[in-house]
Formats: sequence, C-alpha cells, structure tokens
Amino acid sequence: MSNAQIEIQLIASMVAIACAIPGTFLVLRKMALITDAISHSILPGIVIGFFITHDLSSPLLIILAAASGVLTVVLVEFIQKTGLVKEDTAIGLVFPALFSIGIILISKNANDVHLDVDAVLLGELAFAPFDRLTIGGVDIGPKSLWIIGTILLITITLLFAFFKELKVSTFDAGLASALGLSPVVMHYGLMTISSITTVGAFDAVGAILVIALMIAPAATAYLLTNDLKKMLLLSVIFGVSSAIIGYWSAHALDTSISGSMTTILGLIFLFVYLFAPNKGLFSVLYRQKQQRIEVSLLTFLLHLGNHNDDESERHVKHLNEHINWQKVKAKSVLDLALKNNMITIEKDIIFLTEKGKNFTKEAIDYILTNKNSEIEHMKDRFFLFRG
Amino acid sequence: MDLIQYIDLVFTDYTLRTITLGTAVLGAICGMLGSFAVLRKQSLLGDAISHAALPGIAIAFLIIETKNSSVFLLGALISGLIGTFWIRGITRKTHLKSDTALGLILSLFFGFGMLLLTYIQKMPNANQAGLESYLFGQAATLLESDVWLMAIVTGISLIILLLFWKELKILLFDADYTKTLGFNTKFLDILITTFIVIAIVLGLQTVGVVLMSAMLLAPAAAARQWTNNLAVMVILAAIFGAFSGVLGTAISASNNNLSTGPVIVLVAGVFVLFSFIFSPGRGLLFREIRFRKNRSDLELHKTLSFMYNIAKTHEDTTHPHAIKILNNFQGFTRKSLQKLEDKDYVKINGNMWSMTASGYHTAANLYDQLIKEENE
Repeated sequence: MSNAQIEIQLIASMVAIACAIPGTFLVLRKMALITDAISHSILPGIVIGFFITHDLSSPLLIILAAASGVLTVVLVEFIQKTGLVKEDTAIGLVFPALFSIGIILISKNANDVHLDVDAVLLGELAFAPFDRLTIGGVDIGPKSLWIIGTILLITITLLFAFFKELKVSTFDAGLASALGLSPVVMHYGLMTISSITTVGAFDAVGAILVIALMIAPAATAYLLTNDLKKMLLLSVIFGVSSAIIGYWSAHALDTSISGSMTTILGLIFLFVYLFAPNKGLFSVLYRQKQQRIEVSLLTFLLHLGNHNDDESERHVKHLNEHINWQKVKAKSVLDLALKNNMITIEKDIIFLTEKGKNFTKEAIDYILTNKNSEIEHMKDRFFLFRG
Repeated sequence: MDLIQYIDLVFTDYTLRTITLGTAVLGAICGMLGSFAVLRKQSLLGDAISHAALPGIAIAFLIIETKNSSVFLLGALISGLIGTFWIRGITRKTHLKSDTALGLILSLFFGFGMLLLTYIQKMPNANQAGLESYLFGQAATLLESDVWLMAIVTGISLIILLLFWKELKILLFDADYTKTLGFNTKFLDILITTFIVIAIVLGLQTVGVVLMSAMLLAPAAAARQWTNNLAVMVILAAIFGAFSGVLGTAISASNNNLSTGPVIVLVAGVFVLFSFIFSPGRGLLFREIRFRKNRSDLELHKTLSFMYNIAKTHEDTTHPHAIKILNNFQGFTRKSLQKLEDKDYVKINGNMWSMTASGYHTAANLYDQLIKEENE
C-alpha cells in the first residue's frame, strides 16, 4: 500500500466518522433531508468564496459555504412558519433555487475561473493527497486531511460535551426546554455542525456522498439497535468500513471512489434492510404472518367456544364455509391448534380441550380489558408454538 | 435583441422553437402532476426519484452502448420506479421515517449511478458525452421527437387525470374515507405516483437531475397560494410551469453562458415568491395588511370603550372632557382620535372631546356588535 493510498483511506474514514455523528441525530430528529438541502445549497457560498480567494481550500470558502448552509435552514424554517406550504415543500423550493444561483454564477464566470460543477458535486478523493499543506516548507500531509481532521475533532468534542443535552432534546424537546436546555440552541448547533461537516467533507468526497455518508450509516444502524450510543458506534463502523471497502473496490474497478463508497453503503443497507433481526423486511413479514395466524387461531377458538353445544358448527368442513377461510389457511390454523393441544378431533368434530377453554377464556378477558401486557404473558404461559 | 425580434425568432428558428415548446410542455406537465405531489406531501419524492433515475440511464447506456434518449428514458423510468417502491417499502415495513427513506434512496442510487458513469467514461467508446447532460440538464439537446414524446405523455396523463379525477381528488383529501367507499386506494396511489415519476423522468434531459424537484414543486406551490380549488390549482400550476419554461428559455437564450435549467428554476422561484407575497387570500402582504387593520380597529374600539366609561359617569353623555385624561391610556393616539371623529363618534372642540349620541350608542353595543358580526 502506497503512502497516497493510506492517506486516501484515512481521509475517507475520517469523513465517514465526521458525517456519521451528526447524521445519527439528523435521522433520529427526522431531518435527514435537510442534509440534502444543505449539501446542494452550499454551492453559491463556495462559488462566491472562490471568486474572492481563488483557492478551493481556503478557510473563507468553508465559512461562506457553511453560512449558506445555515441560511438554507433559516429560509426553510421561515417559509414553513408562514404556513403557506409544508416543510418538505419548503425544503424542495429553497435548495434548488440556491443551487441554481450557484450554477449560474459558475457558468457566467466559468471562462476565467477553474471551478467545475462536477468536481463540486462529486468530489475527487483520488486527487486529495496531491494538495499538500506545507508549513515553513515542511510537508505535513494533505490539506483535506487537516480540514476534515479539525472538523472531526470539533464534532467529537461537542458530542462528548453535549451528549446528554443532545439526547434529551432529540427524544423529548418538551422535557429539554422544561429542564432549561434550549432545544433551539441544540437545533441550530446541530445544523451548523452539519453544514460545516458537509462543506469540509464535500471538498474531498462531493455533495452526494456527504448525504449518503450522513444518512445511510445512521439509518442502517437504526435498523439494528434502539440504543443511542450503540447506534452512534454502529454508524461509525458502517461508515468507516464502507470507506475502506469502497476505496479498494474503486481501485479494482477503476471508478470514482465516492461512487463506489456510496454503492457499498447501499449494499450494506440493503443487506441489513432485508435481514435485520427484529426490524428487517423478512423478520417483519414473518412476524406479520405469525400475527395473522395467531389472530386466526384465536378467532377459531372463540368460534368453537361459542358453539359448545352445536356439533354441526364444529365440523372440520364447516371451517371453510363459515369463517370463510381458504382451505390452506384453515388447515394450518387447525394444525396449529392441534399441535398446541388446544383442540381434539373426534370423527371430524372438533372439541376444545381444557387448555383451549382456559386460553379462550383469557383471550376474551384480554379483549374486554384490552391490556397489552396480558397477551404477551399468555403466549408464554400456554407454551404456544408459533405458526 | 428586443422582444419582437425574439418572438419572431421563436417561430422561425428550429432549435429555439423546439426548446421553447419543450420547456413549455414540460413545465405544464410538471405543474399539473406536481400539484398532486405537493398536496400529498410528497414534495421531495421528486428530488429522490430524479436522483434515483441516474443508474437506470447509465445501465441503459451499458446495454445498448449508444446514445438513444428514448431508451435512456425507459431506463430512468424503471430505476425511478424501483426507487419509489423501495421508499414505500422502507416507510411501510420498517420504523425508518420517510425523510430518511428519501435521503437514502436519493444518495445511494445517485452514488451507484455515478459509479456507473465513471465506469462508462473509461470505456473505449467515448460516446457518452450525452450522459453528462442528464446531471444538470441541457435543453439545447432537445429534439423535435423529444417534444412530441413529452406532448403525448402530457396528453395521456391529462386523460388519466380527467378519467380518475373524482377518485384522485377524494384520495388526496381523505384517504381513509376513499378506502371505506370501496375504491382501490393502492391502485390509485400507484397510478398517480407512476405519473409523477414519468413527469420527472421526462424533465431530466432538460433541467437535469438536481433541479428537477423544483420544476415539479415550484409551479404547484405558487398555484396553491391563489386558490383552494383543486381543478383551478392544477390548471394554474400548469400555466405557471409553462410560463417558467418559456420565460426561462427566453432569458437563457438571450444571454451567453446561461444554462436553461437553472434559469427556468429561478423563474419558477420568482413565481413562487410573488405568489407568497401578493396572493390576496394567503399572501404575506395582505395578511400583514389584514393584521394591521385588525389591530388598529381593536385600538379604536379600546379608545372608544374607554371614552364610553368616562362619558357614562355623566348624566349628559355628550358632556365635553379634556383630551388630557386620555393620555394615560395606551390605545389612544391623536390619529385614533381623528379617526373616531371621522366616524362621527366623538366631537373635538379645542382641547375637549365629547361623545356624540351615535358614538355612545356604538360604544354601548360594542361587544354586542362583535357578537352580531361573528354570527353573520
């Protein structure tokens, strides 16, 4: 591994961490799309900064860009407060307008300045190691490494300093203000950090990857845990691993690094989305099917209980006709009830067992009182085999 | 170049005519379908879908290996639809919220698309120059056939809208009720979403991936301010969209180095801004005027009732009092006194004021009047 390769991976990993931290909070606060808005609308800030300094990595550029990011948030909130349109429409109106201004500024002046929209949108990580920072003639590493390192350091410091406040204001803004922690300050603090991170990161990886790095690791982690600390940790892990795997796959395929990092993030998300233990698609579908069968079982048992004296109502064939179930479903419910010793079948007539009667009785109690805790308890006590 | 020359040019110059027509038709269809997106709170769906369409375009190129805009459109449509349904899947089946789902699909699909684009760039047949134009849009690449395609799609979606007008309208405002009435809400939902996706995909070539969402939203958001009637809103949005297209094209054509897409978006943005401020019903300006008027009415009433309380203590209610005693009262100003005199509620004589009979009557029934007005 050459020096440049290590540096690229280091930058990518640091960008991933710097994005994952604010990203987690944004996802939890249902403000994920504000990153999309910010990452586009910093363009005019960057362009104006570039016209002033003619240097893509000057601090003024970052300040101006972050300012236009915060301006976006303020504008969106202002439009939203007028009540004329909903929040999402406000976001969708503000950032394309600012982005258009940026593009027009570039295209009006593109002839004499070197600023490519593609580069701004997509970034080029591969060139990052060539732009070195020298102090007193000594080479101390790539510029973007220093920029993103500083941002990361600030983010981590703020995270540790304000973890409690952030946590409370994220999950219960009312409680936070009652406790004297201003949710507004937290909100704008988070927005500022997100803007600065977006700006710092996008020089290296481009606007779109910033969105991906902010949202995807946090969303993936959110499917796996409900614990804020674990979620932060997991999203950092997902971010960094996608950075490193992404770099090597880009290396192998000879394609853009940011594109392949995003693709890896997408694959990780897809995998977790399908297979996450409790919240993944398959386990959700499985659980829904189980619940459907359980409800059917209950209906079936209640039906039996209601017709204790009428044998014709308890005939096996009757299930299809009366409860209007299809054959397969009727059979699976019947099997489940049999397996659980809820019923016995004699000459095609179904009888409730003692256990079945108790179960039905408690189920009716549950339906009448509607206490959630009881039904969970019941399933355990009757050793229900699930469908 | 002056206006008449330009209009003349629009009718004679093939390229300009094509672009103007194309952007106008595009603006109209976007405004029309965008109204539904805005009212269904799916505003940012457009942004997500337009980004999600990129890998479809790239894959279409990888398969046919030449530039063919209708095949690209098909690819974009397929990948846009996959993106849309994945977003629905995420929000329905997991606890992730719609904003996260939109952001995820947007960035992940776009990143994958960029991966493919950079891969294509390294391929030997460097025929891919056209692909880049989908990022930011290049209205200049519009051909007459593209415009025809847009017009046909607009026609079809218009027919569909008219056919399902009642159903879509009720779905828009009360989805649960629609379901209880026995309509197939899933079908209607998919129908309208599919047409929104089609509109977005059509616009990609002209205004590009990034700005497409504004094209969809801005005319509808502007139209929303002028009316509470869905039909009027859809028509207005279509008109606003078409005008943004034509004006944007005109501005960018008469200036060097101005790409059409951003200019159209900014023109549409101006429409929105204008509507936000000047619409009579909801606009900020008239709202502020109403607010001020209410406040000054209230102050007038306050002053009047204060005077009433003083006048009440005298047997002769028209007995003059010194203006000075009003000074401690907050609602009182010279102007409000003047206004009261104009309304013939009080008479001013030097430093004294006295209530007229009509003023006394009004003040006595001030709150009754308010109640009466409310009941009317």
